[in-house]
Amino acid sequence: MFRWFNAPATETQVTHGQRLWLYVFAVITMVLLVTPTLIVVPMSFSDSQYLEFPPETWSTRWYDHYFGSPEWMQATRTSFKAAFLTMLVATPIGVLAAYGLHCSKVRFIRAAFVLMITPMMVPVVLVAIGAFYAYVQLKILYTMTGLVLAHTVLALPLVVIVTGSALKSYDMSQEEAARSLGAPRWKAFLTVTLPQIRFAVVTSALLAFLTSFDEVVVAMFVSGGDNPTLTRNMFNALRDQIDPTIASISTIMILVTTGMMVLAQLFGQQKEPSKPKD
Amino acid sequence: MVAARINETGLRRDERLEQLKLFGLGLPAMLLILVILVIPVGWLFYVSFIGADGTFSLENYERMLKRKSYARIFQTTFEISFLTTGLCILIGYPLAYFISGLPTRIANLCLITVLLPFWTSLLVRTYAWLVLLQKRGLVNDWGISLGLWDEPIKMVHNMTGTLIGMVHIMLPFLILPVYGAMRAIDRDLMKAAANLGASPKRAFWTVLFPLTLPGLFAGSLMVFILCLGFFVTPAVLGGGKVIMVSMQIVSNIELFVNWGAASALGVVLLVSTMVILWIASRFLNLEKMTGGGH
Repeated sequence: MFRWFNAPATETQVTHGQRLWLYVFAVITMVLLVTPTLIVVPMSFSDSQYLEFPPETWSTRWYDHYFGSPEWMQATRTSFKAAFLTMLVATPIGVLAAYGLHCSKVRFIRAAFVLMITPMMVPVVLVAIGAFYAYVQLKILYTMTGLVLAHTVLALPLVVIVTGSALKSYDMSQEEAARSLGAPRWKAFLTVTLPQIRFAVVTSALLAFLTSFDEVVVAMFVSGGDNPTLTRNMFNALRDQIDPTIASISTIMILVTTGMMVLAQLFGQQKEPSKPKD
Repeated sequence: MVAARINETGLRRDERLEQLKLFGLGLPAMLLILVILVIPVGWLFYVSFIGADGTFSLENYERMLKRKSYARIFQTTFEISFLTTGLCILIGYPLAYFISGLPTRIANLCLITVLLPFWTSLLVRTYAWLVLLQKRGLVNDWGISLGLWDEPIKMVHNMTGTLIGMVHIMLPFLILPVYGAMRAIDRDLMKAAANLGASPKRAFWTVLFPLTLPGLFAGSLMVFILCLGFFVTPAVLGGGKVIMVSMQIVSNIELFVNWGAASALGVVLLVSTMVILWIASRFLNLEKMTGGGH
């Protein structure tokens, strides 16, 4: 133990003993980062209104309440449907845009790129009330179409950035080779380029799904009527009181998002796209 | 000779057409962003200059200057944003430094503790803090049973709760870029500094720290900008006592249906965000941060 204390820890020969504060601090911080989220899981099985930890009596009453409530079930369906459709819309048009922006050399390409990432820079409240106003004019307020289009706008920058960075590390001359052998551009893209950037495309798709699934503020304004999302209902429930049902829903949401990210890791950690050799 | 020139212009025209076609691939995405985001936000700009009587007026902006409540909202917003950014730096930087010094495999394991909250729904995390910090919540229970304090402390529905929640939510946005910057540094530089006689402290402050500044700056900027427009966490954990700009925008519309007032606030929020981004872009390469450009 003492030997470890006085052993050098870094390139500058500072000892572990001198850096002990850093270790303690880092461990505490990491615990604090993770526990608040994870502690909801056991708490959701508590029988008490006050969600004890550890629960004195275990029960699934909050889950029964959730699965037995037509409103919550309907909201869950809406959220999954919106997230799935957002993924289906945002991924292809985002990948196309990323490809176009990557290959084209027109002069206003920078302006186009800035436009593509504006949804990330504009405060989400403004996106929400802007879309709310536009939807009243277009008569698509409180519809699934409106919700999906707004979520697609929020997801597009992520798709363009993730796919774009994969394209940057991809060697375009492979596609040129295919084209010089007679393949039309779309065919060269589909059969040569796309298979090599597929992991980035899958990651973008999952991110698009999650963007929609977790989104609160835009959903507050443009989803409603018969189509409120899960997050909208959760938010409204939170403003009133601490409803223990939310703990069970939170647990389910943690499972969904973690499952998604594990999927992304599984896909994303396979072969990297081939890099240009120079 | 003439034929060759005609050929040349033809080729050039083809090339330009090809470039435009490629650019056209981005059109669906750009059109969507234009129709759903840019045009409506442009309309909000316009509405912010229309008074209650339907003509051009600056009354929406005058109200912001005159009423004390608006000044307090802006003050709260900036206060929370600065405090959250500061706390994130104080907590996140040492953690990023710690993780970056570990062997890759252990570092990746530690990074999961940063990534797990990062991908967990914002609403779920906010709810978790609400449950933990409430009067009969876990933190109060443990604090009292450990004898740290006697009475349940009010930690939620106020500034404290808001800050705790915001810092927890923003930390990954700071840690990840700083970690990235630290990983990219050649640690032999530190060895060289030590060899040349620098104390560990001096080597850190004169060699490592300056090299992490771009990452730290990018992360802090991200956190600050996100804080300025934040809504969910202060709305839930602030319990109506902490009012930030975005919350006032929402209640202007939901409660008072006053589009003029809401738009004017939105314009100020957007312009402050853009000014900060613009100033920042003069110091660092924003396109590099987002992976854009050529």
